[in-house]
Amino acid sequence: MSMMMAQSKSESQPITVTPPRAATAPATKMEAKGLKAWFGKSQALKGIDLPLAENQVTAIIGPSGCGKSTFVRCLNRMHEVVPGAHATGTVTLDGADIYGAGTDPVLVRRRVGMVFQKPNPFPTMSIRENVLAGLRLNGRRPADAAALVETSLRQVALWDEVKDRLDRAGTSLSGGQQQRLCIARALALEPEVLLMDEPCSALDPIATARIEELIHEIGQRYTIVIVTHNMQQAARVSHYTAFFYMGELIEHAPTDRMFTQPSNPKTEDYITGRFG
Amino acid sequence: MSAPEAPPVAPSSALPRQATGVDRRRAFVDKLARGACVAATVLAIVPLVAVLIYVAAKGIGSLSLDFLTNTPAPMGEVGGGIKNAIIGTLLLVGIASLIGIPIGVITGIYLAELGRYSKFAQAVRFSADILGGVPSIVIGVFVYTAIVLHWGYSAMAGSVSLAIIMLPTVIRTTEEMLKLVPDALREAALALGVPRWKAISSIVVRTALPGIATGVMLAVARVAGETAPLLFTAFGNDAVSTSLTKPIGSLPQMIFTHSTSADAEWHRQAAAGALVLVILILVLNIGARVFIRRRG
Repeated sequence: MSMMMAQSKSESQPITVTPPRAATAPATKMEAKGLKAWFGKSQALKGIDLPLAENQVTAIIGPSGCGKSTFVRCLNRMHEVVPGAHATGTVTLDGADIYGAGTDPVLVRRRVGMVFQKPNPFPTMSIRENVLAGLRLNGRRPADAAALVETSLRQVALWDEVKDRLDRAGTSLSGGQQQRLCIARALALEPEVLLMDEPCSALDPIATARIEELIHEIGQRYTIVIVTHNMQQAARVSHYTAFFYMGELIEHAPTDRMFTQPSNPKTEDYITGRFG
Repeated sequence: MSAPEAPPVAPSSALPRQATGVDRRRAFVDKLARGACVAATVLAIVPLVAVLIYVAAKGIGSLSLDFLTNTPAPMGEVGGGIKNAIIGTLLLVGIASLIGIPIGVITGIYLAELGRYSKFAQAVRFSADILGGVPSIVIGVFVYTAIVLHWGYSAMAGSVSLAIIMLPTVIRTTEEMLKLVPDALREAALALGVPRWKAISSIVVRTALPGIATGVMLAVARVAGETAPLLFTAFGNDAVSTSLTKPIGSLPQMIFTHSTSADAEWHRQAAAGALVLVILILVLNIGARVFIRRRG
């Protein structure tokens, strides 16, 4: 299904690279053009041009402070939430500029969900309430809340572990379970894009493996952007990889090509561990 | 060659060893510090317990249903009660809370969530701190000149002074409790496409609610015992009154006038009044805590 959709749109797409796991180039879901971002006076992004393929996983790699997190936070207008921070340039979502005049960041964030580095379930809410939080806080009453809770938790492979204690606090779960709960919370809103900012950095290897498995599964239905410090992780879960260095995009390519024959020497230095 | 008791590179062998002088000193200092902490805590509880026991012992003898349900008798006569003062205190504290808590909590939300770094917020914060340090009698004098001189003594004037006294505590505890809520929760809510006002009201304030409520209860308990500003705002009233525009009695004032009188019966009644006031505050406190625990 998704392949057919990708095929029909492929002619109008500017992407020329060969995607590793799709027969034809997928459509572009989001695209940054000339994206610059600041924290006060210090510039964190120096003009990023990067298309994000639809229903594919794009990994963002690069050393600490290179602007990876800032970049993904610009994709759902969370960057500007930090006092003194601002961004210029355009970011399109299905062709429409999310930084355009009259665009409500609140509505952007409903379409572009986000998972943070540290699991952050709402401590005053139960597991069930956490899953439904996005809907309830937006004043929507799901027709079948119980079913939505179950599907959302099944999507993140948490259902079997928590189905008997949905009324327990979300914070009573282990770190890895909390992170999967947070992913379920984001998925319950049925976003079109899911941003993941180092979602596994606070987790142990087993929990990490589960999240990666999960990304692999849902990556066929959602456009996913994942920031990671872990090169193996990028290689395992992503179709495309973008390498950031000092606020600039150095290279963007299909993941298998990026890790086997990088075109930029800086990329090669970084992925072979010569710096960073 | 071999040195069985101390191989050069074996970290595990470093652990089980004889206690040295340093270890003994450390253990001694540890005991000393713990002892000091316990002693200080006990010392801090002594006045609290002593006051409670004193008030209970002195007051319990004069406490009766008649005492609670009658208005005061003329001095020198036996009997009479504090019905007017109990109703007065409840009304004064109630109205003061209705004014002071919303203004204080909303100001606290502004300081913590909306204008955190603005010049205006800094000015408000500074003013609240100064106001918190103003003696309550000065606030009484202010309300006397601002309200009483124009409209006379009234329950409203008393409530306004109590509300002003309540404000700094409510503002600053609300702000501090909101600041304790991790930014991660604000971001989590915003990233779900929740509007900011909703994120603040449903997530941030809700998370901080137990702390805010504790601060509010402290403020309410404090003003419930205020005497000085009531003397020349609410003035006092020996008859039961529920009118906001008329003078009204209150427990602290009843305690004050009764205990400074020359009558032994009134002294006993002052102690009983004090006991009623303490119980009232205790009930308010426990009630609020139970209510919050149910909702939280």
